[in-house]
Amino acid sequence: MQGNQACAEAAITAGCKFFAGYPITPATEIAEHLAKRLPQTGGIAIQMEDELAALSAVIGASWAGAKAMTATSGPGFSLMQENIGYAFMTETPCVIANIQRAGPSTGQATKCAQGDVMQTRWGTHGDYTPIVLSPNSVQEMYNLTIRAFNLAETHRTPVILLADEIIAHMREKITIPPSNKIKIINRKKPKKTDKTFFNTEEIPPMPSVGDGFNVPVTGSTHNKHGHRYTADPNVHRQLVERLAEKINKNANQIINFESHNIENCEIIIISYGCTSRAVHETIELAEKRGINAGSIRLKTLWPFPEKIIQTIAKNAKMIFVPEMNLRQIFYEVERTVHGAVPVLPINKIGGGEMITPEELLTKITKSVNNIE
Amino acid sequence: MHLPFCTGCGNTTVMNCFLRAVHELGYKDLRKFVFCSGIGCAAWIPSPYFKADSIHTTHGRSIPAATGVKLVRPTLNVVVFGGDGDLVGIGLSHLIHAARRNLDITVIMVNNMIYGMTGGQMAPTTPFKAKTTTTPYGNFEHPFDTTRLIVAAGACYAARWTTFHVEQLREAMKKALTTKGFAFIEAVSQCPTAFGRRVGLKTAKELLQWFKENSVPLQEAERTAEKDLAGKIVVGEFVCRELPTLTEIVHETIKEATNDA
Repeated sequence: MQGNQACAEAAITAGCKFFAGYPITPATEIAEHLAKRLPQTGGIAIQMEDELAALSAVIGASWAGAKAMTATSGPGFSLMQENIGYAFMTETPCVIANIQRAGPSTGQATKCAQGDVMQTRWGTHGDYTPIVLSPNSVQEMYNLTIRAFNLAETHRTPVILLADEIIAHMREKITIPPSNKIKIINRKKPKKTDKTFFNTEEIPPMPSVGDGFNVPVTGSTHNKHGHRYTADPNVHRQLVERLAEKINKNANQIINFESHNIENCEIIIISYGCTSRAVHETIELAEKRGINAGSIRLKTLWPFPEKIIQTIAKNAKMIFVPEMNLRQIFYEVERTVHGAVPVLPINKIGGGEMITPEELLTKITKSVNNIE
Repeated sequence: MHLPFCTGCGNTTVMNCFLRAVHELGYKDLRKFVFCSGIGCAAWIPSPYFKADSIHTTHGRSIPAATGVKLVRPTLNVVVFGGDGDLVGIGLSHLIHAARRNLDITVIMVNNMIYGMTGGQMAPTTPFKAKTTTTPYGNFEHPFDTTRLIVAAGACYAARWTTFHVEQLREAMKKALTTKGFAFIEAVSQCPTAFGRRVGLKTAKELLQWFKENSVPLQEAERTAEKDLAGKIVVGEFVCRELPTLTEIVHETIKEATNDA
């Protein structure tokens, strides 16, 4: 199965009933697959006039009670930024798949890159905390899409599935567990007596429009009833801090990674997405040269796993961060370890060319020798 | 209730007409309605002042949000309120695409011919040569004839009246709300604060007088030479037809696809 198809099938399994999108390479197969499959499962798939309309329709559908998603790539993701902020501010669960290609601008539309990492973190205006997941296989396109829906519903927030062209377009065998083995989470619905649907202590229940709760949904600063309240700095501060905090507070449950030999290794490679696929072989090659290497693969990019990286940095001599961009997660790792160990970038951009195990090894060997 | 509109604003007239229309159609409350609006003065008409569900979206995106709501909950009456800046400025593409798709919602556009909330800048509906804060030498662009544009795009119902024509406006809203398919109302409305005082019509009364004297019924306009219609407001019902709606077609497709699967 292809990565994008796995994402689409997982969305259906997760309970997605609404897709709105605008075609863009290399994300289009998600729209095409859902256009065929969603109606068969009683869902709606619609092609909108642009990406702004696509995410707006998804937000409308979510408030109408449907689990909803859109899929795009870098330029379209840029167009969605205003509404990503709106979804965050209005606590609207939805999933946005961003299949990265080489930018900026139209860039290399058909080539792989990992250049949207910081766009997922700081893309919209104002302060916010996003949840961003990063798959590195077709199996994970499936697993993490389901997880994206579950996290969106649990935390009442938009969740971004940040994949890349290689993962989205390659074909691999995947195992789809029996449906009773897949955990599906649905949003908390209000009781008839509930009155507050925004900005409460816990994550508030979410009514659907048309259910008789008279909810005013607004992207303006609002109180717990949803009413606009923009004059008081405290109301704004409390709201924005809580929206960020509801995710930060649960970061331990959200953060997800895979590690290999991190206990007593000299060097650690921190990677994510397609780049991480070269790391396993690199470690084997390094061992043959007498370098004791370990790795961490990030399945959650945001919230960033600061504590884990700080802990492992204590034992390592050096950290390498390979990426198909000009340093994005690298700076985040550097900030996190705060000078405790040297952090070295390994970057490659253009033409969708992967960083190979040999390239990684060369850089690692050179750096290790320099230190010794 | 304290409304956010300036003294003399036409939004209160539009609000009154709509609520009366709903009342006269026999609705006891707004339980079966969902209101979507974007950014700008007219976007405040339903949200949060109506006791109803409302989605106050980002600028220009009320119609796509309404698309999501209506497709998922076809039995709800989805009504979009917006100004000319919101709906034919930043949001134009959504408006004409919704008309093309025949999305069965009602769109009420309050056309005050200006960007009111940001303080009186040129809108795509500002009359030719009118002075605004961003066209201090007079507007060198021509305004949209939005209602005709919507008719051409495929709407089932489209009407234009001014806030001087309260009865016609209310009746048009009733027709729009009972139309199966995309319905569009253009309510040409006075903005004494940001528009009127810069074009020499300082009060709501002067603006309403202007509407009264310069409105031409559609039938009469059709017999009038184009040059004689410059600066006039053509009012009336531009289209009233029945076509299959988007929600009908989408839900029929789902039925077929579910049976095939």
